[in-house]
Parts: sequence; structure tokens; C-alpha cells
Amino acid sequence: MSIEAREISKTFGAFRALRGVSVKVASGELVALLGPSGCGKTTLLRIISGLETPDPGSGPIRFQEEDVAHKSARERRVGFVFQHYALFRHMTVFENIAFGLRVRPHSSRPSEDGLRRRVMELLHLIQMEAMGSRYPSQLSGGQRQRVALARALAVEPKVLLLDEPFGALDAKVRQELRRWLRRLHDEIGLTSLFVTHDQEEALEVADRVVILNAGQVEQTGTPDEVFHHPATEFVMRFLGHVNLFHGRREGEGIVLGKPEDAGARIFVRPHELEVSSLETPEARLKATVRRLWSAGGQVKAELIGGGGDVFYVEMSHERFSELCLTEGQEVFVYPRKYRIFPPTAGQGD
Amino acid sequence: MLADRKPSPFSRFSGGWVAVRRTLLMTASLGFLGLFVGLPLVFIFAKAFSAGLQAYLEAIHNPLALSAIGLTLLAAGIAVPLNLVFGVCAAWAIAKFDFFGKGVLTTLIDLPFSVSPVIAGMVYVLVLGMRSPIGGWMDAHGVKVIFAAPGIVLATLFVTAPFVARELIPLMQEQGEEEEEAAILLGAGAWDTLRRVTLPNVRWGILYGCILSLARAVGEFGAVSVVSGHIRGRTNTLTLHVENLYNEYQFGAAFAVASLLTLLAVLTLAVKSYVEWRSEAAP
Repeated sequence: MSIEAREISKTFGAFRALRGVSVKVASGELVALLGPSGCGKTTLLRIISGLETPDPGSGPIRFQEEDVAHKSARERRVGFVFQHYALFRHMTVFENIAFGLRVRPHSSRPSEDGLRRRVMELLHLIQMEAMGSRYPSQLSGGQRQRVALARALAVEPKVLLLDEPFGALDAKVRQELRRWLRRLHDEIGLTSLFVTHDQEEALEVADRVVILNAGQVEQTGTPDEVFHHPATEFVMRFLGHVNLFHGRREGEGIVLGKPEDAGARIFVRPHELEVSSLETPEARLKATVRRLWSAGGQVKAELIGGGGDVFYVEMSHERFSELCLTEGQEVFVYPRKYRIFPPTAGQGD
Repeated sequence: MLADRKPSPFSRFSGGWVAVRRTLLMTASLGFLGLFVGLPLVFIFAKAFSAGLQAYLEAIHNPLALSAIGLTLLAAGIAVPLNLVFGVCAAWAIAKFDFFGKGVLTTLIDLPFSVSPVIAGMVYVLVLGMRSPIGGWMDAHGVKVIFAAPGIVLATLFVTAPFVARELIPLMQEQGEEEEEAAILLGAGAWDTLRRVTLPNVRWGILYGCILSLARAVGEFGAVSVVSGHIRGRTNTLTLHVENLYNEYQFGAAFAVASLLTLLAVLTLAVKSYVEWRSEAAP
């Protein structure tokens, strides 16, 4: 079942959390809503779930063809997973998962046997069969989040919404759990929308990424598209480290210069910046190697330019040994790839 | 939640001097408590039984005493359940909703704590007494509030009003709304959410608030004294009965009835400790 929210705005007092945001999730897709904290992503998720109401004048919220904007959260039948799990602390894992089935009206409530079967199925799905009688306080963070997911799935929701599902977990568990979530999604194919501020997570897990900033959509696309073809300066900066150069266009190429040269703002990712120990027609920007360190599969260098600007370069170990770089050495840099964005109003440095 | 038994910061200083200091501290605090709490407690029972078991039972079996017990139980029996309902409603409203006048409501709930009970009693007499328009009108229609049981129930309600709400508000605020939101998203209605999520989460707080308000309802003297009119056998509660007996120099009987109140207090304390212990152990 697809999700579509159109032209959603939300104001809290004087703060405009969302300014006409539109999002679409195709049936069976897993989409990430990515943005820095305060960009409105959680608000949008809560509006889609029915926990918040959008400002009057906002467009429809559709599940498949049906406009659910006027339905209450209770009637929308979404599965929702909270960042801090929101498990019922006085209930066992079993009862937590069974909750949604127990509160159904008499006519559609499963029998005690049917309920038990359904909960056991879900416990199996989250690989916690033996822990049905535990209380939430007796579980690890990762286990709690899996229980929260099972509880949301128990009511056979039409869509699944996840609010920073891995935000409260430590790095290793995060990574395991998000891979597990991706596999689970491939298995059950439930249309899912999840909120995250972690670009790595979004790019790894999602089919498509919607990048929000200050209550507006900056770009929508597959992880490849947004990473390799960022539409705006914000997206470029948000999706990983980036070096900013000032310079000007010259024919087909560019010339890197000093900030005073004004002209264009040129963005280069650290792995796309080439270092040369000799000045060449291309590599004319002089810099000094301030620090070198090996970060796993790559060598990273911190360079300082003539104007005091700091650049970061990433290169393979092979390239590093070719160059024989040492700290304090003078080098010349040039970008293999770069991006220049048309200036946008209100976007400072 | 098990309390961490951290070693005392002083325990690393070993040697006799620490032991001496510890002994001194313990003696001082226990001695104080014994002198000002324990000893009077013993005296109450000693005096109550000083004329023998027979006299003790007679003092309690006395029709006036029985009627006082009855009235006290009636007042507490009405006040505590009403406070339970009011306290849960008020705490729920204050902790989980935003509305106009929330600050006023919060302050009003605390009012009975800050106003002297005697003044509360006098206000009731002023507003509902025979000389006031409301009281006069009610009297003309055969409803007696002041100097009658309803007045005593009202006064008891007033002084016990904050207990349940005060206990629940911080608890509910701390727990936030996420669990309720989760329940609603899972399809639960308002009633199911309250019954299955909100109330179970604060069950020990509710019980604790009820115990405190019961203790206060039974022990209340000032407000009740003003509205009661001291009509023997009709508007005397246990505390007022003790006062009457005492003023008439019937010390044995006064202490016998007082021992009932004391017993109840000790019992309440025991239940309260149990509830505290349970609520800490609860998941």
C-alpha cells in the first residue's frame, strides 16, 4: 500500500516545522526521511501516523487511494515504532505484542489460541521465542526495539513508520539491527517510511531517500542519486565530508583560488581531491600537509592551504606509498571531480 | 529496581574512631526517636490498659465510642474513594493535556496543604451554616450540612483532596505520553488506554495516595472540629471523642479510644512501607 502526503505544513507557535512538504512512498518501498535534528522529519512522520494534525490548508494524506487526513491515529492502522521503544513497561514481551490484538473490538478479536499463535509467530520473526515472559526492563536496547517492531506488526498494519528506530542504540547493535531490518523488509515487503539523522544509515538501508532541511524537501532520490548527484549545497554537505574551494570557471575547467576571487563555490569530496608533489598545469593550488593518519582501508590527510583553509584528502594506501607523503611537506592539489551549485537565497556558508 | 548498596564513603577510614562516631550518631538519632515518638506510643497503650482489659473494652464498646468509630469510618469511606476518582482525573488532565487554567488547577490542588484546617472548617460554616443564604435555603428544605455528618464528610474531603493527585502528577509527567500514543496507534480507545496502560503504570502511586489520604481522613481534627458542633453520639468522630473524654478527665477511656487511632496509624505505616517496597521492586 503506497503512502502519499502532499503539501504538508505544520506550525508550532511561531516555529514553522514543515513548509509544504510532499512525500511519496510506493507500495512495498522502504524510504528514509533524512535530515538534521529540527528539520521536521519526525513531525512529518507523526502527521502521517495521525498523532499530529497538519496546519489547515495542507494537502491530502493518502494510503493507496484513500485520503486518511480526517481519520484518527487509531483508525489509520499504521505500525509505528518509537525511538525510545515506548514498550508497556508493566507488561511482558508477550503481552506487549498481544496488546493490539486484545484491544480489537469483539467481532474481529482473535481467539486466545489464535492470539497465542500470532504472537509466537512474531516472537519467532524477531528471534526472541524464549523471551516472551520477560519484562521490557530485562531486555537490551536492541531486543526492546525488536519487540517494539513485533508489536507494531502484530496488528497487520497497512504501512510501517519508524521514528529514529536505531537512534538510541550503540554503534555495533545499530549496524546489525539495520541490516536485519532491511532483510525483514525484503521478506515481508511492507511499505515503510523511517526517520533518521544518520546519512550512512539512510544510504545503506533505504530504497529511496528524502532529504529534509528546515521544513522543506531538498532532494528525493535513490541513495546513489543523492550521493553522487546532490541537488543542492545542503545535500552535498549533509551526505559526507566535503571541501569548499573558491575559484572561477575557465573554459571547460576551473581555477582554484582565494576567497577574494569570489566567483564560484566549488565542492569536492575528500576522495575526489588529487594530491601531487609537483606543480603541474592542473595542480596549481599549493598546500601543506599538516597531519596524516590511516583510517582503516584509507589514508587521510589534513592539508592547509595558503589562505589558512583546511582541506581533507582521502586516498588508497597504494597511492599514499606512491606519493611518499610526510607531514609538513608542500604539495599541490586539484579536484578530479567537483560540483558547483547555483547560488540559492538564504544559504550561507 | 534494587538499591545499589554502595560502600559508605567513610568505610575506607577504618579504625576505632569511626566506629565510635557511628555509634554516637546512631545513639543520638535512635535516642531522639525513642524519647519523642516511641515513649509516647508506649504510654498511650500503658494508659489505655491501666484500668485493665475490662475497662478498655468497655470504653470502646461504649455507644458513644461506637458511633464515633462509625462516623469516622463513614467520612473516610466516602472521602477516600472520591479522592481516588478526583485525584486520577486531575492528575491525568494536568500531566497529559494542555489546557487553559492548568496552572490555577495545580495551585488549587495544593491549597488544602497550605490552608490551616481550622480555617477550612470555618469557611464551610460561613458558607453553608444556617446564617448564610445557601445554608438557610438548605435548612428550609430539610438538608443539614453543618453540625451534621455531611459537613464532616465535606471537611474530610477538603483536607484529603491533594493526596492522590499530588502523588500521581509527577509520576505521570515523568512517564510522558509515548506509551499512550503507542496504545492508540495499536487501535486502543480512550478507555482501553486508561485501563490497560495509564493506570497500571501508576498503580502503586494510586495505592500510596489512598493510604496517605486514609490516614489523614481518620486523623483529621481541626476542620472536623469546627463543622461538627460536638453533638455526642451524632457528630463526633474518633478524634473528637478522644478530646471530649479527655476534657472530662476520663483519661483511661480517652487513651483506650486513642489507642485505636494509634493502631490504625501503625497499620497504615506498615502498609505504606510495603507499598513503597513493592513499587520499587515493580518493573
